[in-house]
Amino acid sequence: MGLDFLSSILFATVVAGTPLIIVAVGELVTEKAGVLNLGAEGIMCVGAVAAFAVAHHTHNPLLGILAGMVAGMAMSLLFGISALTLMANQVASGLALSIFGVGFSAFVGKPYESVALASVPLVPIPLLHKIPVLGPALFNQQGLVYFSWVLLGAVAWFLYRTKAGLILRAVGESPVSAHSIGYGVVRIRYQAVLFGGAMAGIGGAFMSVFYTPMWVEGMVAGRGWIALSLVVFATWRPLRVMIGAYLFGGCMIMQMFVQGSGAKVSIPAQFLSALPYLATILVLVLISRNRGTIRLNSPASLGQTFLPDA
Amino acid sequence: MKTCNLALAGALLATAALNAAPPAAPVKIGFIYVSPVGDAGWTYQHDLGRKQMEAAFKGQVTTKFIENVPEGADAERIIRQMAQDGNSIIFTTSFGYMNPTEKVAKTLPNVTFFHATGYKSGANMGIYNARFYEGRYLNGVIAGKMSKTNVAGYVAAFPIPEVVMGINAFARGMRSVNPKAEVRVIWVNSWFDPGKEREAAMTLIAQGADMITHHTDSTAVVQAAEEKHKEKGTWAFSYHSDMAKYGPTAQLSGTTHVWGDFYTKTVKEVLDKKWKGTNVWGGIKDGMIQLAPMSKSVPADVQKQVKGLEASIKAGKFHPFAGPVVDQDGKERVAKGKDMSDSDMNAMNYYVQGVASAFPKN
Repeated sequence: MGLDFLSSILFATVVAGTPLIIVAVGELVTEKAGVLNLGAEGIMCVGAVAAFAVAHHTHNPLLGILAGMVAGMAMSLLFGISALTLMANQVASGLALSIFGVGFSAFVGKPYESVALASVPLVPIPLLHKIPVLGPALFNQQGLVYFSWVLLGAVAWFLYRTKAGLILRAVGESPVSAHSIGYGVVRIRYQAVLFGGAMAGIGGAFMSVFYTPMWVEGMVAGRGWIALSLVVFATWRPLRVMIGAYLFGGCMIMQMFVQGSGAKVSIPAQFLSALPYLATILVLVLISRNRGTIRLNSPASLGQTFLPDA
Repeated sequence: MKTCNLALAGALLATAALNAAPPAAPVKIGFIYVSPVGDAGWTYQHDLGRKQMEAAFKGQVTTKFIENVPEGADAERIIRQMAQDGNSIIFTTSFGYMNPTEKVAKTLPNVTFFHATGYKSGANMGIYNARFYEGRYLNGVIAGKMSKTNVAGYVAAFPIPEVVMGINAFARGMRSVNPKAEVRVIWVNSWFDPGKEREAAMTLIAQGADMITHHTDSTAVVQAAEEKHKEKGTWAFSYHSDMAKYGPTAQLSGTTHVWGDFYTKTVKEVLDKKWKGTNVWGGIKDGMIQLAPMSKSVPADVQKQVKGLEASIKAGKFHPFAGPVVDQDGKERVAKGKDMSDSDMNAMNYYVQGVASAFPKN
């Protein structure tokens, strides 16, 4: 026990937080471009079932991820057509997409409910995985865990260190100004929406192919919604999304370890289950309670339909 | 003109045929499920029962089910609609449908309702349940015999008597053959969340449990044990369904529900107009609970012992909650020489000795 124990808590925390990070970072980019896509839950479901089906038929988890990504992009394209081209209300379109995705995935997933998938082996990183405690927890993980870190860094770099990122943020702040100086607002928003969809699809693929290698209706179990709220509570900052996701995962795992230790602590189980939500909201609200930074970081045109002057 | 006549004749003929022999319309029977049917689990077992019953009444009945019906206000609307669609027998298969079923039953006296796992009945509402704990006890005996760490992990949904009863029965079974054994419980507060169920199982395994079971609806726990089997020597007991497909190496046995015979018998009673109310709580004796086949990893002497116990339970000679039943705090709940009564079992809100975790306060 002892250190081993700490290591396994850390390991489980990272795994539990990973789908949240991937989905939330995708949504963050979408929202930074001024588009509120509430469809994450539905996209994750469709991504999960697509990934599972392909991984099952090809026996290749990588192709599964790819399928999840493509399915996620297809779903978000639907949203784009509705909210960006046809200029329907973004909130309503996103909600519709969520409801549709949950039901649609259940429908197409029926034949796969009886299938079990072999679990995907972990990918140890040479040398690093030998570090005591941290090594087995952080560097002997699922491939997608490393992907989530790279993604996080890449998105942070893209948004704040590249011209394209600046333009994307400009589109989210003031689409009219961006349009007036010649940027294709709708085109950029489409790209952001597709990126968000791709990430939500990968998040779903992580659930069905890596996390619990199976497909059943309802397996995403609200993680899309948690990722959406993480973006808001993290005030649209990539690093805080990661803190929030690991905090959420960590609290969930910790309360399970407390229960599983057989220690005689009598806390209502319902409270323990609510704890991850409470702790995450509390901490994120505390670290981002400065109103000025919230205004600075939240995309000013979020959720508003952009109507280019003809 | 000619075609017109022909058509007329045809129509006349058709009417005549309809009038002449009115074939007995099949009786419509409806089922309300709380979760998707899927491939394993609580609802899947009910659906197996539905199919078996429908096959037994070849052509006399047609069945219909609605899956994924949330417990609560919506349930009432769906149950009522099912009755109005002409279903004259309706099975509502989850605890949370109790009040909606009762409400609808009172207003529709010509429809017969059956509610699973509840306690409210009426003139046209029967109740049925299975003695899950009998299977749990037997699983516990296997766990007690085979555990090397003396720790079993139990992933549970909600602290209601039905679930607590299973935990206690498992702990008593384990303790009966292994005085050092302990059961640790993780509540996930959900009937169905494969991700959480898996995390709970992994947590228990990391903390030394080498026997894992669950009272939740997915196959995630058995799969988790299968995954850790090589590294940690983890074994699993399935619940609701036989999940050997998901844990070909790790699953030792399990507790399986069998509803088909009950459905067939009850529907027959109603069709023959002999039904006079149902309050069935059936166990191994009634064929409503079965032990999932023991895997070949279970040593022959243990298999023999478990089979013997199973026969005693079947014969009514042994009760998993035969006194003395002592709770965690050392208080005697059932005296020596007595068996726990059904009503006491249905109000179980404490852990027996052998469960290490503290009972969740409400």
